[in-house]
Amino acid sequence: MDGIHDLGGVQGLGPVVHSPVEPVFPERWQAVARALMEVVAGAVEASGGEFRHSIERMEPGHYLTSSYYEHWLTAAASLAVEHGLVTRAELEARAGGRFPLSGPVLAPPVVDAGPDVGEARFGVGDRVRVRQWHPPGHTRCPGYVRGKAGAVVRVDGTHSVPDVEAHGTARRYEPTYSVRFDAADLWQDGQRGVWVHVDLWHSYLERS
Amino acid sequence: MSEQGHHAAAVSPVEQRVAALEALLTERGLVPEGFIEEITRRYESEIGPMNGAKVVARAWADPEYKQRLLADGTAAIAELGFGGAEGDHMVVVENTPAVHNVIVCTLCSCYPWPTLGLPPAWYKDPPYRARMVRESRALLAEMGCPLPGDVEIRVWDSSAEVRYLVLPQRPPGTEGMTEAELAGLITRDSMIGVARL
Repeated sequence: MDGIHDLGGVQGLGPVVHSPVEPVFPERWQAVARALMEVVAGAVEASGGEFRHSIERMEPGHYLTSSYYEHWLTAAASLAVEHGLVTRAELEARAGGRFPLSGPVLAPPVVDAGPDVGEARFGVGDRVRVRQWHPPGHTRCPGYVRGKAGAVVRVDGTHSVPDVEAHGTARRYEPTYSVRFDAADLWQDGQRGVWVHVDLWHSYLERS
Repeated sequence: MSEQGHHAAAVSPVEQRVAALEALLTERGLVPEGFIEEITRRYESEIGPMNGAKVVARAWADPEYKQRLLADGTAAIAELGFGGAEGDHMVVVENTPAVHNVIVCTLCSCYPWPTLGLPPAWYKDPPYRARMVRESRALLAEMGCPLPGDVEIRVWDSSAEVRYLVLPQRPPGTEGMTEAELAGLITRDSMIGVARL
């Protein structure tokens, strides 16, 4: 989905509030939220894709104004409700107020995952182009490289395609490639000597 | 701030929501005894950038290890006993006088947990994720890591299963140091690539 999480290149977000060292969990609720996500993901057997998508479906204003562990809390609660572990009414009764959850899944369930791609079909140095597409469900193809051409710099093993695993029990395995893009091509701003590498599944790519 | 004491006992809405979910899941028997404490303890004391620092120090001290690390990061890091979730497919990228590497995850917050621990807040927040792929040279300078214009920047967006670790350059004047002393010089930020040593 073209969600708020797909942040590469978004402008106007202000400075990075950097600190060289910080506590792992500045507040206890953050540690609890993190642990509860593991509890829920284990109980409902959520794939990595389903977990990430449950965060991506947060209402954009809430996503941008809440911290990372509030994302995890919202995702954990949403998956718990969607899989019938708890109800929203129970959550709100216990919390004593509104309990915002993630929005609905927009993509249909994946029933037929299609055939695996067992062997890499692109090699190091091959020119590839990222598909220009707008899938309604989960994907790990960032918006800022869609339609752009780059070169394969590394071929990795085969991995479960997130776009499939996020939407059902079917799985498809494909190689992933690290693809190098010239920042000047991505942003048309005359940068020199900056290369952005994005790891992409086979079906995100076409030969260029 | 003057009213901080007055409100010290107040529970924030997000804390109330966490407590609500924790209570409901616990009542259903889904939260094993001590689970939350165990996860917290692991990430607070066992898993963190001190692990990555040992990997980098070994690479600086042992050229053959460095070769193995750059050729197969996962296996070489496992030699030191580090691995597991978010570290199953490690690629180590080497800084040189001519090349600077930096890691980011624009879509969420992917990060090499076994070697660097859980990511810092700024790594997970929108500005870093948005800007590092678009204006890396300017953002690095803003974060205290200005690079000469002729240094090539390689940004690695952790968008699939590989997690990255930056191998910083060994600082001059460290020739006589032991591996443990070297490890003490290596910062988390230098292994993310937002600082040089």
